[in-house]
Amino acid sequence: MAALLEAKGLHAAYGETKVLHGLDFAVQEGGVTALLGANGAGKTTTLRALCGMVRTQGEIVLGGKSIANMATEDIVRLGVAHVPDGRGTFMELTVEENMRLGAYTRPARESTADFERMFGYFPRLKERYRQQAGTLSGGEQQMLAIARALLLRPRLLLLDEPSFGLAPLIVREIFGIMRRIRDEEGVSILLVEQNATLALAFAEDAYLLETGRIVIAGKAADISKDESIRRSYLGY
Amino acid sequence: MEGFIHQIISGIATGGIYASVALALVMIYQATHHVNFAQGEMATFSTYITLVLINLGLPYWVAFIGAFSISFVIGVLVERVLMRPVANAPVLTSVGVFIGLLLIVNSMTGWIFDYTIKQFPSPFPDKALFGGFVSGHELGSTGVTLTVLILVYLFFRHTRLGLAMRAAAFNPVSSRLVGVRVGWMLALGWGLAAAIGSVAGCMVAPVVFLDPNMMSGILLYAFAGALLGGIDSPLGAVLGGFMVGIIENLGGAYVVGTELKLTLALVIIITVLTLKPSGLMGRKVYSRV
Repeated sequence: MAALLEAKGLHAAYGETKVLHGLDFAVQEGGVTALLGANGAGKTTTLRALCGMVRTQGEIVLGGKSIANMATEDIVRLGVAHVPDGRGTFMELTVEENMRLGAYTRPARESTADFERMFGYFPRLKERYRQQAGTLSGGEQQMLAIARALLLRPRLLLLDEPSFGLAPLIVREIFGIMRRIRDEEGVSILLVEQNATLALAFAEDAYLLETGRIVIAGKAADISKDESIRRSYLGY
Repeated sequence: MEGFIHQIISGIATGGIYASVALALVMIYQATHHVNFAQGEMATFSTYITLVLINLGLPYWVAFIGAFSISFVIGVLVERVLMRPVANAPVLTSVGVFIGLLLIVNSMTGWIFDYTIKQFPSPFPDKALFGGFVSGHELGSTGVTLTVLILVYLFFRHTRLGLAMRAAAFNPVSSRLVGVRVGWMLALGWGLAAAIGSVAGCMVAPVVFLDPNMMSGILLYAFAGALLGGIDSPLGAVLGGFMVGIIENLGGAYVVGTELKLTLALVIIITVLTLKPSGLMGRKVYSRV
């Protein structure tokens, strides 16, 4: 398996505050990679760095092309879809308009079939199609955010804590659908999660982040079996 | 009674002008959270461009469309060249730039086209219609402004680009994440606002005559209309504009007299800001302190 995305010596800062101190990691083509860590470890910043939302230093290579310090819009057009923390819903717009924005960079004739596929994953979105997106529940907004990202037909999907603030039942439903998405869409996924059990069960590779540095990298299965890692870093 | 109906009808006609300028203000406010004080002066400048094109011998509507397009380009350039560098600056910096723009456009208009008051032609027949209730120009200009407002509405509702512009105004971060070029959407918004201003200028100039300060009073009414309807609601701004037009005409005829009409705009502004700052159709904004 070849790496779709590779970051080398990735630094990022908000103004004077340095958040990432030289990360090296990769996302395999067609695979799921998890990025774990406590609050403030730099997980969200890593995703933001990958799509040009913060100033970075270091190398970021997507499919052989350097995307470091490119404009967000251009990185997105290369096939990187980001489901941001807080879900990034266009609250004032309808579900339909949110989805149409997801397909904004795609030719219009493709989107009908794409919309139907999304309704296959998330039937709830079809029921709520004409509704203002701000009136959706948290779980529905998360589904909308994932659908919006997939409508871009991305090569790489960045997911920022899809379980955040959701009831366990909804989280299980969404992760179930994400397994289908991984198998059917052929998209590589970089998943950020605080819920380590959930993420390690879903991912093949995992990185553990602590205060802006990668402290452990390996196969998800090995990490979840290693009791000392679990005790000292994952806290369960 | 006849006089009363006539006042309402001509109120609707001027209200249409206020509605267009109010819509231009709201469009820029939604995207930048600033009021473009120079909106009126830019519209005046556009009206002069129309006059130049007419004097070159072009038919009225060709000149009208020509000025509309030139204004669009000027609007885009103003955003790209003047506003872009201060996009992330503190509020006062932006306000300073807007006031500077107001003064520059105003003086440039006077310098290029001189300060004498000029007549501006109306494309509509100069006669009273429907038993004297409405003049040809009133009816025609209301029709033109309504058409423009409807076209703008359809553009924002039913086109991909219109949707992207709305998205960029509501949520620039998420818009970038779906590939919308937010900076360009902002520039297009400025262009569209300037073009709408050009229509308003051309429709009002035959009534008030053309001079470099033509729009300063109108901007005040338009601002009152935008506030009355809700400064973040395009539909509200349009309704507010029409309401202010009617209030102004009735108030001028029956309450304060024509000399004090402009104070009505200030009364509306202060009343709205005191009693219902979000306006009739605006969203209330809450912020944590």
